[in-house]
Amino acid sequence: MADSHAKHHDYHLVNPSWWPVVGASSAFIMAVGAVTWMHGAPPYALVIGFGCVLYTMFMWWRDVIQEANTGDHTPVVALHLRYGMLLFIASEVMFFVAWFWAFFDASLFTNEAKMAARVLATGGLWPPKGMTVFDPFHLPLLNTMILLTSGTTVTWAHHALLNNDRKGLIWGLGLTILLGATFTGVQAYEYAHAMFGFSNANGGNIYGSTFFMATGFHGFHVLVGTIFLIICWLRARGGAFTPKQHFGFEAAAWYWHFVDVVWLFLFVCIYVWGNHGGAVPLE
Amino acid sequence: MAHAYAIKDDHAEPHADPTGIKRYLLSTNHKDIGTMYLWFAIFAGILGGALSILMRMELQEPGIQIFKGLAQMVYGVPENAALDNGKQMYNAFVTAHGLIMIFFMVMPAMIGGFGNWFVPLMIGAPDMAFPRMNNISFWLLIPSFALLLISMFVEGPPGMHGVGGGWTIYPPLSSNAGQPGPAMDFAILSLHLAGASSILGAINFITTIFNMRAPGMTLHKMPLFVWSVLVTVFLLLLALPVLAGAITMLLTDRNFGTSFFVPSKGGDPLLFQHLFWFFGHPEVYILILPGFGIISQIISTFSKKPIFGYLGMAYAMVAIGVVGFLVWAHHMFTVGLDADTQAYFTAATMIIAVPTGIKIFSWIATMWGGSIEFRPPMLWAIGFIFLFTVGGVTGVVLANAGVDRDLHATYYVVAHFHYVLSLGAVFAIFAGWYYWFPKMTGYLYNEFWAKVHFWITFISVNFIFFPQHFLGLQGMPRRYIDYPAEFAGWNFISSIGSYFSGLGVLVFLYVTISAYIKKVPAPANPWGVGATTLEWTLPSPPPFHQFNDLPIIK
Repeated sequence: MADSHAKHHDYHLVNPSWWPVVGASSAFIMAVGAVTWMHGAPPYALVIGFGCVLYTMFMWWRDVIQEANTGDHTPVVALHLRYGMLLFIASEVMFFVAWFWAFFDASLFTNEAKMAARVLATGGLWPPKGMTVFDPFHLPLLNTMILLTSGTTVTWAHHALLNNDRKGLIWGLGLTILLGATFTGVQAYEYAHAMFGFSNANGGNIYGSTFFMATGFHGFHVLVGTIFLIICWLRARGGAFTPKQHFGFEAAAWYWHFVDVVWLFLFVCIYVWGNHGGAVPLE
Repeated sequence: MAHAYAIKDDHAEPHADPTGIKRYLLSTNHKDIGTMYLWFAIFAGILGGALSILMRMELQEPGIQIFKGLAQMVYGVPENAALDNGKQMYNAFVTAHGLIMIFFMVMPAMIGGFGNWFVPLMIGAPDMAFPRMNNISFWLLIPSFALLLISMFVEGPPGMHGVGGGWTIYPPLSSNAGQPGPAMDFAILSLHLAGASSILGAINFITTIFNMRAPGMTLHKMPLFVWSVLVTVFLLLLALPVLAGAITMLLTDRNFGTSFFVPSKGGDPLLFQHLFWFFGHPEVYILILPGFGIISQIISTFSKKPIFGYLGMAYAMVAIGVVGFLVWAHHMFTVGLDADTQAYFTAATMIIAVPTGIKIFSWIATMWGGSIEFRPPMLWAIGFIFLFTVGGVTGVVLANAGVDRDLHATYYVVAHFHYVLSLGAVFAIFAGWYYWFPKMTGYLYNEFWAKVHFWITFISVNFIFFPQHFLGLQGMPRRYIDYPAEFAGWNFISSIGSYFSGLGVLVFLYVTISAYIKKVPAPANPWGVGATTLEWTLPSPPPFHQFNDLPIIK
């Protein structure tokens, strides 16, 4: 081959793209908007910036799907995508490590002599003295069941896809989405009925901070995972994915399982172990 | 299905190479992105260096000389508020100098610049695994840097400007109690964006190194620079999200009423320090590990010998990376950790001296019996080994919890980490710059003036930082705008050194700019038989897309 431009490898040399610079600019608008909003200005820039970030994500991933459909995702490129998703999930795990660290700092070291202010605030107890916390075997257990079930429905969808059963794929995905949305609904209901506060301003303390931020960030990830699954559901209805090539679906499934596992740790640590011995609301 | 998922069998896609501003703005080319990173790092480095020279001007003599006037000039504060504003401005300079040098100079130069340029070239790959994501890693740095600069001009403490918490931003100084203004929030979000940029970059590098090595390029044949980047990006991937968590807690404590660091609500300010240093200690290895890789390539090239103990060198870096996650609380010896914890962190920290010693001695053993050429990159590399060893040895001193009780937060610590970073990491960057400049630009530079740059820098930085050991041992605390007259002598010498290092930067700019003006073409391999890695098999500069036919490694 005399053509010096011809490539003889299966890697994907991506065409120039606007989205990185558009995305970075959107992030800037969002960040400035966030700070000004937190210091009393109306959240216009925050909302506009966030909208631009969402637009960038949509356009960027639309390009990725088009590239997949035109054959750029060779086996080695598909392997790249798998590595990328796994590593992204690994970084997400470390993000949750920080929130678990905060939780265990507060729940394991309750009665240290050198932390007098904490002992004064919490009575040296976890849950802190005088608090009414959630009964783990009430709504939280229900939500555990919901997420575990959604793990099976997404696996059903995967096996249906592998067997070229389009109807099973759509049904499995649809049920997973419904279960995810139900989880979010139950969690919203639970938050609305919390007998403890989030903010200092309404009587919150370290219990509320660790509880709401850890479960809240998990809830946010459930929401992201649900959106990811909805995209897959729409694409599946539009005829996307083959038994051989369906990484978009697999990435969503991996992400969903990750969210599921984080919940199991939250449930066992924060709800069951962390609430042990605390007062729970009467039925 | 209507969709055609067949793999394209025709790989020939002759699209024109992009030109003009769009070539960089929309880039998906690892070399162009690497170039942007390097120019960004030079810009940020000059800014961060200017901040440090202004600080040394202030510290040249006891008393408050220039920051009072500077605060009046920059912030327009009235005369009666100028002194307090000047002090806060000094604190903001300390903070910004640290954050800029770490996040916007060393990391972009080493990982973003040299990593982007030479990891694909050295493993025989045509580009990075995710070329488009590569570009957002770069472009996120611009808003991140902008947010940090904005933070210097908006309110921090009541009635004053900027973030005055040091790069470690410990609460409660960084809480509403200390600095309720928006400056701290700008800095937090700046770190969030820089972190996102680095995590995406880390994912990209790991995938590239694991999946895109040319046929025959096994992990145990990879150049040590690639090994160093691999270890570094794993540290980034696992450490940065923890920082993200910590600063998010700080953000919600400041703005949404959470209690993570509020003792009266059961929170714990030390939680922030633990989270910060669980990130921060790997972070300082992130800053130096790619330097280890660069130095290995250069020492081998100019000794005309393969590196001594190649596998030991590779796995020493892996060991440093792993143990680097287990030593964080040695930054916290004075916070009231119990004796057992202090003993553990002392011992674990000292263990790191073992793999580091393996590296130092292997570099020396590589030079031993070699046919050494003292070209500019080699001078910088040898300078690196000497100065980094000084910094490493003072690190072993500081690792002792008992000794650190005395030296914590003194100028001894400042001297220590500038020896490993300012004189370690930065020397490695200049070594890499002079080593790879002909490859990247296609131009030779004036080696005489490059050597002048080295000698000015080598002498001046020792004038800056060696006396700071004495100041620290005498008990001078870091991060203060003023000091008692007893400390005047060594401070004066330190300040004079810093002006000469500024002169060194001017020489560096001269060498670089004159190379661009004179355009002396560089051969594919200007360094001779010692340069054995794949980048030297390509023309200087390499074609826009290299390795359209993958090289086969025997």
